[in-house]
Amino acid sequence: MALDFSTATVNAWRRENGRVGVRNHVLILPVDDISNAACEAVANNVKGTLVIPHAYGRLQFGEDLELHFRTIIGTGANPNVAAVVVIGIEPEWTKIIVDGIAKTGKPVQGFSIEQKGDLETIRQASWKAKEFVHWATELQKEECPVSDLWVSTKCGESDTTTGLSSCPTVGNMYDKLLPHGIYGCFGETSEITGAEHICEKRAATPEAAAKFKKIWQAYTDDVIEAFKTNDLSDSQPTKGNILGGLTTIEEKALGNLEKIGKTSTYIDAMGPAVAPEKGPGLYFMDTSSAAAECVTLMAAAGYVIHTFPTGQGNVVGNPIVPVIKISGNPRTLRTMSEHIDVDVTGVLTREMTIDHAGDALIEMIMRTANGRHTAAEALGHREFSMTKLYRSA
Amino acid sequence: MGIPQLLVHDHEDNVGVVVVEDLKAGTEMLCVVTHDNSDFRLTAKADIPIGHKVALKDLAEGDTVIKYGEDIGRMTGSAEKGGHVHTQNCKTKRW
Repeated sequence: MALDFSTATVNAWRRENGRVGVRNHVLILPVDDISNAACEAVANNVKGTLVIPHAYGRLQFGEDLELHFRTIIGTGANPNVAAVVVIGIEPEWTKIIVDGIAKTGKPVQGFSIEQKGDLETIRQASWKAKEFVHWATELQKEECPVSDLWVSTKCGESDTTTGLSSCPTVGNMYDKLLPHGIYGCFGETSEITGAEHICEKRAATPEAAAKFKKIWQAYTDDVIEAFKTNDLSDSQPTKGNILGGLTTIEEKALGNLEKIGKTSTYIDAMGPAVAPEKGPGLYFMDTSSAAAECVTLMAAAGYVIHTFPTGQGNVVGNPIVPVIKISGNPRTLRTMSEHIDVDVTGVLTREMTIDHAGDALIEMIMRTANGRHTAAEALGHREFSMTKLYRSA
Repeated sequence: MGIPQLLVHDHEDNVGVVVVEDLKAGTEMLCVVTHDNSDFRLTAKADIPIGHKVALKDLAEGDTVIKYGEDIGRMTGSAEKGGHVHTQNCKTKRW
């Protein structure tokens, strides 16, 4: 019997701002790289917390600093996070992060290290973290419609089987769930290259198409043309893609775009880590095609579940967002099945239709929302990679 | 219908994708066009790894390679019908 997505529900946490989260993390979040040690010490003191160390946050400026703030604030604001302890070296930027996260209504408290030192900061922050853990672990799940989920996508270690099976599986999921009011997101600006003319046509409005084209052209002019040292045939496709049978960037891009299905159209094209502003629907986000960077940006925009088709077997995860892996490559299922959540090899043997594969993915999205840990979560993959636009001052 | 060795996206395509491991030269492949599930037979002319492309007709240097019904690059060498198409004889027109 076909699933009725209009009435389907999951048990999840309804946050103060009305958004639905599928995980219940208490985050210990550094503002900057030099506060990682204090954050790690707090997470060690207080069990049930999650620390996200990262590499940046000092002497950034302009658009690059705005992206840093947006990524850190967005990570704390994500509905998969119940409460946040923020630690920075000095109080002013720490306050910017705390104020940004506090707009969601969730508990957040900031600590700064200067004039206290690590040890006193760790002591104070540990007490607050413990209080947050007691509070968060008593929050009850409630029945929430599937349409309240925000589901992003990006593929990795692609090969020709992703374009035949796992990417159209994600596309089928979007074609079925977007009409019921979910938020979707795809990106990978460099990997749309070769199919940019097709992507432009999949915009819902001329304005969205123009925004996408501007983002794509800027990337091509300012990054590819500015920095390339050869013809890129060895970088896009990657060596892994080529081993898997992909020959050209056009072939890779056409497979990639299968993720947005047959009928879905995007209503806006937005900058990295920007939260969608035009209501339910599909969004294009300007991101790198590197797995951890891309998932980090989409999580910071507020997406709570990520769907990740892979051919040759990308193992990426994210600290706060469950990453569901889908693969149709029988060799990958034979050699590294511990990384795959949804097996769609039946699409290649013609024993499973794309329609059935899409239903299997939606079922896994619901099970994941209800609490099932993904392969990446079980294996401890917590890759958090900040996107840096240019060198710090 | 048995399990296919080769899948083709679209009727306009001139290459298909090997979807089984250890395909040997001389195998008479069952080929399925995913667009409408129609099928045909084609003999593989080489051992071709899973995921790699096979020419559906003789392709000469300069020919456009079509997959998903779209231009994915040009032949920089030749490939006979049933032969292997990859980086040794195919390249993007873009860079």
